Amino acid sequence: MVKEIERAGLPVVHVCTIVPISLTVGANRIVPAVAIPHPLGDPSKPFEEEKAIRRHLVEKALKALQTPVSEQTVFND
Amino acid sequence: MGDIISKELGIPVVSGMFPENPGVEMYRKSMYIIETADSARGMGKAVPAMARLLLKLLKGEKIGLPAEEGYIERGLRINKFFDRMASERCVDMFVKKLKGEPFETEYPMPVFDRVDPNPPIVDMAGSTVALVTSGGICPKGNPDHIEASSASKYGEYSIEGFDDLTSADHCTAHGGYDATYADNDPDRVLPVDVMREMEKEGVFKKLHNKFYTTVGNGTAVASAKKFGAEIAQKLKADGVDAVILTST
Repeated sequence: MVKEIERAGLPVVHVCTIVPISLTVGANRIVPAVAIPHPLGDPSKPFEEEKAIRRHLVEKALKALQTPVSEQTVFND
Repeated sequence: MGDIISKELGIPVVSGMFPENPGVEMYRKSMYIIETADSARGMGKAVPAMARLLLKLLKGEKIGLPAEEGYIERGLRINKFFDRMASERCVDMFVKKLKGEPFETEYPMPVFDRVDPNPPIVDMAGSTVALVTSGGICPKGNPDHIEASSASKYGEYSIEGFDDLTSADHCTAHGGYDATYADNDPDRVLPVDVMREMEKEGVFKKLHNKFYTTVGNGTAVASAKKFGAEIAQKLKADGVDAVILTST
């Protein structure tokens, strides 16, 4: 899906847990997520802390969308 | 696991995978992968082929070409002596091609389907951002019956008026992982709460009022490709500038 959205001309960031799959699929902007059942959250943390993790990931995703890339790029911290 | 066992312990490993499995691209060079069907129904055929190949490996017998043994091409080149020179074989192939006859190449070219990255967003504060997910988040009750595995469709749903997704209004249709966390707080997969906050703060202009969703679990690449292309056209028609796609 991510590649078809890119092909249509829309910049897209893939926030995903299994980065190797994203690389195989062909995403160009990749932000690694937390875990498979809760990619943008962590139920072991108190709610406010969990939300801060989510916010941080979304901020990274938006930053990735504003970053010029020429090849597949994984945005780590 | 097979990769580590074969590399570190030197124990021969044979696996079986459906050709669309991402594991094929990742590990076909490290081990023999027998081509299987896309469901357990194909095991009757796959397991004997795996056993046959493994026995050959154990006995140190010569392993044949992918088509002979039933394994997925590993992308390895093996030297082979021919009776005829390369130039002759090449011209033969070319003549066959001109005649429209079938011929078999000695070196298939790899197929790379890559899309170049689009230029970045320059004016985020003036942009509309959409959320798309393969994590199966949908309105509670999954009104369009998106399948828990091998999805045949995607959903398009409004998030107009939603500042936060909760267990009262949304859930996940995704099988294959423990859905408890996503069902209890769907923002863990589709971060509507944080996106709304940032929209209010003016980080970007607008969160697109619709989101698109499907289940990535076991879904055929051809289906995902079709969903992606359709979703992209709809997003473009609605004036969306950028997309955040979340996957479990």
